[in-house]
Amino acid sequence: MSTLNNIVTKPDVEGRKLSIVEALREALQEEMRRDERVILIGEDIGIKGGFGGAFTVTLGLSDEFGSERVIDTPISEAGFTGIAVGAALGGLRPVADVQYADFLFLAMDQLANHAAKMRYMSGGKLKVPMVMRAPVGATTRGSQHAQSLESYFVHVPGLKIACPSNPYDAKGLLKSAIRMDDPVLFFEHKLLYGSKGSRKESGGLEVFGIVPEGEYLLPFGEAKVVRPGRDITIVANLLMVHKAMLAAKILSEQGIESEIIDVRTLVPFDWQTVFDSVARTGRLVIVHEDTLTGGWGAEVAARVADSCIGYLQGPIRRVTAPDTPVPFAPVMENFYVPSVERIVAAVKEVCQ
Amino acid sequence: MTLPVLTNDQKLGMYRKMLLCRHFEDRVNSLFLQGRMPGTIHQAQGQEGCAVGVCEALQQGDMLTSTHRPHEHAVARGIPVKFLMAELFAKSTGCCRGKGGSMHMGDADRGMLPAIAIVGGGIPLATGYALSFKYLKRPNIAACFFGDGAVNEGIFHETVNMAAIWDLPVLFVCENNKYGASTLIDSVMKVKTVGARASAYGIPGQTVDGNDVFAVYQATYEAGERARSGQGPTLLELETYRFAGHSRSDPGHYRSKEEVAEWKAKDPIARFETRYLAEGLLTSDLIASYRSSVEQELNEAVEFAESSPSPMPEECLADVYAE
Repeated sequence: MSTLNNIVTKPDVEGRKLSIVEALREALQEEMRRDERVILIGEDIGIKGGFGGAFTVTLGLSDEFGSERVIDTPISEAGFTGIAVGAALGGLRPVADVQYADFLFLAMDQLANHAAKMRYMSGGKLKVPMVMRAPVGATTRGSQHAQSLESYFVHVPGLKIACPSNPYDAKGLLKSAIRMDDPVLFFEHKLLYGSKGSRKESGGLEVFGIVPEGEYLLPFGEAKVVRPGRDITIVANLLMVHKAMLAAKILSEQGIESEIIDVRTLVPFDWQTVFDSVARTGRLVIVHEDTLTGGWGAEVAARVADSCIGYLQGPIRRVTAPDTPVPFAPVMENFYVPSVERIVAAVKEVCQ
Repeated sequence: MTLPVLTNDQKLGMYRKMLLCRHFEDRVNSLFLQGRMPGTIHQAQGQEGCAVGVCEALQQGDMLTSTHRPHEHAVARGIPVKFLMAELFAKSTGCCRGKGGSMHMGDADRGMLPAIAIVGGGIPLATGYALSFKYLKRPNIAACFFGDGAVNEGIFHETVNMAAIWDLPVLFVCENNKYGASTLIDSVMKVKTVGARASAYGIPGQTVDGNDVFAVYQATYEAGERARSGQGPTLLELETYRFAGHSRSDPGHYRSKEEVAEWKAKDPIARFETRYLAEGLLTSDLIASYRSSVEQELNEAVEFAESSPSPMPEECLADVYAE
């Protein structure tokens, strides 16, 4: 990526702490100050006296940049997504925003048929530099405000996909996404915003993280080993990185050292980091909140089986949501979302 | 608003463009029947008044979007026919380097995005383009062609509404050729005209004789001037008819012979010729020489296309991402 000349891959050891919401907002603000072509478009994102998008990420940005650059739309997801595609073709860098990723289905044609294909159909003459931000994750809101949709879009060539697990990555990846000449789906987990939800591991989730002052960018296609370990590789994204970390602590007390890889971007995917890790540990567990069948974990399992079969000392196991809609009742939701206990159990099985 | 007076050269230029559109479609049809081209085609013979009338009112820097039936739009927009023909022949010299084909022909550098073959799909793209023009303070407009079938798509409603509330410089141009594939528009729309729908969005709407190239030009020019001066979008309905079936495989049994004959009597090219033969701008010799020059241009285009190299199979892997 030629425009990224200021890549930082390690956060400061010490520094100010921001929430992921603040980090995302700062990324938007910095990019809008840097480049006038960056605009925001979506529902309830800039209304005076409003709430700055469903999760306050854009709060205050319309005060600084005005309604010409923070464009509030009618409730028309397909329409404003298509308009973002057209605006990107026309030379702007729109950052669109759906309130819940579930609503991306309304805009599926615009994303899968237009954003993803205009460059290809033009024989490489066009580019579509847009970002679509979308909150995922089950948070006691029932079936239609809860899905983790990453895998649908992993299957659409032409789209890039980011799924940061922490404020540092969120800021660096969003800034890179905005500068990219390709359409990017940017998934954010609602519990990482600080929503309470029904999670059982209360107090175990650190939603604030160190974000250094000033500019930095993170590359796509570079996973991060967030915990080194010799016995097993755990690949996860978004909230599941945090659950895997909690599981690793428990497993460590039992003598199993887990190496945890935060994928950070699903497209492009950093296969090498996963392969290298599996070559060392010989074991693999994949954790995602997306449902099991056809989830991105299946692709990871297939690729590792293809490239690392000689290194594997046990079966590849996936810890995912079951193949059901997301339930409402907190007891059911806690059963549905992969838990620390399920990760621990899966790792112990694979390590037997 | 005063309409610029068309010079005789401009009128004849529009006539030649209509001829080039018609002959292009006829030639393509014949090449398909001979099995010399892959794919499928949706042809637009009979709709030349729409393509040429609209494109004549567009300026350099304006952007056009089209549909699954884009050949005449591309010809009228001025993309050299050899690049269009090469695209249909799936050659690497095609306007989309062989990655678009019939339903995606276009060239943004020449003012037309690759055509969008999802019904209604070009409507938000043109509107987004218009948003960029307004934001970047460019004097340009975007125009999108779509068929009568597209006005029952949800995306039409969402997008026209947003273009209206934001006064975007975009023209919504509905080529109402009466049929969405085989479905008669009257059977799927309660209001009498597509143009009438404009009132639901608070924008001007107009129903125009699409087979009168000058009426189309005038309506487009006026709507374009409104858009350029910040007065927002217009919905233009161009009443027209496709002489061919919906696609290559459609014999059109859902239309009566009488209906087809009635519309063939309103052929936009024949109407032009009748009028200007009477007025003296055209002579039969001049018509013959235009037809011959158009045929010559198409001969050269076919030769260019057939002698061009095919893309390497592996090029299928390129152009998915910019970086």
